[in-house]
Amino acid sequence: MARLSGLQREVLSLYRKCLRAIRQKPLESRSNFQNYARAEFQKHLSVNKKDFGAIEYLLRKGHRQLEMYASPGIRNIR
Amino acid sequence: MASLRSTSRLFAASRPLFRPATFARSYATVESTPKNVDPIPSENPNMKTFKVYRWNPDKPSEKPNMESYQLDLNKTGPMMLDALIRIKNEIDPTLTFRRSCREGICGSCAMNIDGVNTLACLCRIPTDTAKESRIYPLPHTYVVKDLVPDLTLFYKQYKSIKPYLQRDTPTEDGLENRQSPEDRKKLDGLYECILCACCSTSCPSYWWNSEEYLGPAILLQSYRWLADSRDERTAERKAALDNSMSVYRCHTILNCTRTCPKGLNPGLAIAETKKMLAA
Repeated sequence: MARLSGLQREVLSLYRKCLRAIRQKPLESRSNFQNYARAEFQKHLSVNKKDFGAIEYLLRKGHRQLEMYASPGIRNIR
Repeated sequence: MASLRSTSRLFAASRPLFRPATFARSYATVESTPKNVDPIPSENPNMKTFKVYRWNPDKPSEKPNMESYQLDLNKTGPMMLDALIRIKNEIDPTLTFRRSCREGICGSCAMNIDGVNTLACLCRIPTDTAKESRIYPLPHTYVVKDLVPDLTLFYKQYKSIKPYLQRDTPTEDGLENRQSPEDRKKLDGLYECILCACCSTSCPSYWWNSEEYLGPAILLQSYRWLADSRDERTAERKAALDNSMSVYRCHTILNCTRTCPKGLNPGLAIAETKKMLAA
C-alpha cells in the first residue's frame, strides 16, 4: 500500500476511533452504528484529496459527531 | 425560496455556454433584476454596497466567497446589525449570523466589520456610500457557517479558569458574602465583559498560540476573580496561571483594548495579573 499522507492517516484514525466507539454500544444496535459511520464517510468520497481545507473541516466535524454519538446515553441510531 | 434562488443563479452561471439563442431574452430579463439589490428602495435611494463573507458547510469543497448586497440606507436602521437583518429578511434568507439582544449586552453578533472586530449591533453603518463595507467572521476562528465562528475552544478555556466564587468558610451571619464599596470598586471595568471574543480573536499572540495562551478575554475574567475580595482561592488561581504560556504570551500588543466594543481594558487586567504573579 502506498505511503499515506498525514491527512489520510488522520482520516483513517478517525474511522478507527469510530469503530472502537461502536464496540461500546449494545450488540443489537452495532450494525446500525456501523452503517451510519460508514455512510458518513462515504458521503464525502468525492472530495478531492488535495482539498485540504475541506478535508480538515470534515475531520473537525467528524470528531464532533463522534464525541456526541459516543456518549453512553445514545443506544441506537437509525 | 432560498433553494429557488440558488438554482436560478446556478442556471445563470452555467447557461450562456449551452443555451440556444432563442432563450436569450428570458435570460436578459432575469439579469435585469439583479439578485442582491434592495427590493423596495425609497424615492431617493442612498444605496450602499455590503460585501459579506459566505461559506456553506454543506458544500465543503466550495471555496468561501464574498457576496455583495446593495441596501438603501434610507430604509435601513443605523447599525450594521440592522443592515444584516434586512439582508436576511428581504434579500437573501440563506445568510447566517448570530444575533440576540441588538443592544450590545449579549455579545452574539461579534464579527469583523471593515477590518475591526466589533459587535454588529454597536457598529454604525459608515454613511460614506461610495465605499463598500466588508463583513467577515471573527478572524482565526473555525467557521461554522457564513458569519458564525466556532467558539468551543474559547468557552473551554473560560471553563478552565473556574469563573465562579470559591469559598471554604461560611460568612459569620450565614447570609451574603459582603464586600466593602472599595473592594467592589476594584471589579469595575472587569465585570462588564460580555465574552464576545472580539479581543481574543484580535490578538496575534492568541492567533498563534490559542491552544495554550488563554487570550485577553479569559485573562480579564481570571483577573476579575483574582481581584475579588470574597474569593478565597487566590493562591490556587495564581498557581494555575504561573507558567510560560497561560499569561506570559501577552506581549502588550494592546489590540484587545483598541478593539473592545464595550470599552474595557483587558491589557490593563493582564498587566495587573502579571504584577500579582510577580509579587
